[in-house]
Amino acid sequence: MSWFKRVKEGITTKTAEKKEAPDGVWYKCTDCKKTMAMRQHRENLYVCEHCDYHARIGSKEYFSIIFDHEQYETLFSEIQPYDVLGFSDKKSYKVRLKQTKRKSGLDDAIQVAVGKLEGYSLVIAAMDFTFIGGSMGSVVGERIAKAIDYSIENNMPFLIISKSGGARMMESALSLMQMAKTSARLTLLAEAKLPYFSLMTDPTTGGVSASFAMLGDLNLAEPKALIGFAGPRVIKETIKRDLPEGFQTSEFLLEHGFLDLIIHRKDLKSKLAELYAYFRN
Amino acid sequence: MIFLDFEAPVASLYERLQKVKEISQTEKVDLQSAIADLEKKIEAAKHKVYKNLSPWQRVQLSRHPERPYTLFYLKNMCENFTELYGDRLFGDDKAIVGGFGNLDGQTVMFIGHQKGKDTKSRQYRNFGMANPEGYRKALRLMKMAEKFDKPIVCFMDTPGAYPGIEAEERGQAEAIARNMYEMAQLKVPIICIVIGEGASGGAIGIGLGDRIAMLENTWYSVISPESCSSILWRSWDHKEKAADQLKLTATDMKELGLIDEIIPEPLGGAHNDPIITVKTVKSYIKQQLAYLMPIEPKVLVKKRIRKFGAMGKVEIVN
Ligand SMILES: [Zn+2]
Repeated sequence: MSWFKRVKEGITTKTAEKKEAPDGVWYKCTDCKKTMAMRQHRENLYVCEHCDYHARIGSKEYFSIIFDHEQYETLFSEIQPYDVLGFSDKKSYKVRLKQTKRKSGLDDAIQVAVGKLEGYSLVIAAMDFTFIGGSMGSVVGERIAKAIDYSIENNMPFLIISKSGGARMMESALSLMQMAKTSARLTLLAEAKLPYFSLMTDPTTGGVSASFAMLGDLNLAEPKALIGFAGPRVIKETIKRDLPEGFQTSEFLLEHGFLDLIIHRKDLKSKLAELYAYFRN
Repeated sequence: MIFLDFEAPVASLYERLQKVKEISQTEKVDLQSAIADLEKKIEAAKHKVYKNLSPWQRVQLSRHPERPYTLFYLKNMCENFTELYGDRLFGDDKAIVGGFGNLDGQTVMFIGHQKGKDTKSRQYRNFGMANPEGYRKALRLMKMAEKFDKPIVCFMDTPGAYPGIEAEERGQAEAIARNMYEMAQLKVPIICIVIGEGASGGAIGIGLGDRIAMLENTWYSVISPESCSSILWRSWDHKEKAADQLKLTATDMKELGLIDEIIPEPLGGAHNDPIITVKTVKSYIKQQLAYLMPIEPKVLVKKRIRKFGAMGKVEIVN
């Protein structure tokens, strides 16, 4: 589990000890910097018990939180990324993919799974920030497209959990077109009258926010997530003044009319089940 | 004429030609043969300079200050064109224009990014960087076109959607996403043409259609070469390398299966003969409309969604 590894690195004990510690032992909140027992933090669904900060978690953690008995089947893992453009910056995209795969234990920035939510089937596509910043390349687009087709074929609602800095630069216009591809495909889900839930988590920006993430029948978010089109740094550089407090947070988006609901992670499963039932009954 | 750095050989010959022409006028001497000779040399120099343009040079041409912009096309392409304003929600964005045009008897809804020609008009047009109300105006007009069975043509030419506080407050991301979602299912033909800069979400917000074309010296990418360079190398110095890497030219885009057609420009770029450029673009539009208009709306929409569904490159590993 990549995420545990990342958490462990933030702890002040020596590296050797960290590796031997079976349960991570301590977690230090990235927001309020207070520490808590790792086991406690995990039971808390990775939400800080002091300040309520929702730590970034991955697709596997979300699947475990939402699916009944933590049981689910992963779909479309045959769809794999490759370096079609021969893109290279400090290292080649080919090498970057290989290294990121090894380091994160993931094969791209999104995982699709099917399982049950309080007894009813649901398809979830969840993004992983640890895989090149959760960036959307061809694989993300294709897996979402296939997940939509699967939802339609099996008459199931669809949930996307977004966590992404935007489009993947190393795939240039190929990644840009995934915005159009996924947005277009979602119209088929609507035609089949299947609900599409979009859950935005920290962060959801760029080409992901400007495509499928904003197109939910219900637009949902975790508290205090960064959500926006342009990144705060870019905006600051453009307008050359400081950004207002709370700008581009979930709460800001809700106030401006772009979210239906903000859901605390501890309520995520029960609230999703409740919302699902409204469409079913 | 404004010349770019790599056009220096053409520029110096052009300067000489202007001088010779001046002399022949003021001194009333016949310098016809010298003029013809220089014109021939200019033509040869042009061929040499423009034969193998690098991606970065094409980016420069796409931003040439004398390049024709959307309203120029519309005024010179249509018998009549009436600009229509406002999104009916917030305001009127000057960076995206739209309206009905009469294209040889066929009413077409035209939408396009609009840039300015001088400091004042550039600011007025916000440098072609639209706010959410621009995308929402575009959508309002496209929906009206659909209602009355009129085809839609979009001209893309933007350095990006505007990254500002108000743009975020009014939902820049939602506006762009909504446009793509709606454009995917509009029951009338849509033709999208990159006439200058096709920068990322700002461009694709009016870029989903049945036909996607690029003028020869334009670019279309997820990010500008400068921004790409600054993210990857922490400075703008590598913009040429970034332009190479991003595979952003019309030729690259066609090879990747992301566009349908490359529309040729006059030698030296669209601004060298804007009227010819307009004519070429017009004939492309008319030819494609003739093909698309008889297609049953349901089929059209299905094909459009499938067209974009095929975009992307993945490996299937079993
Ligand atoms: Zn905390």
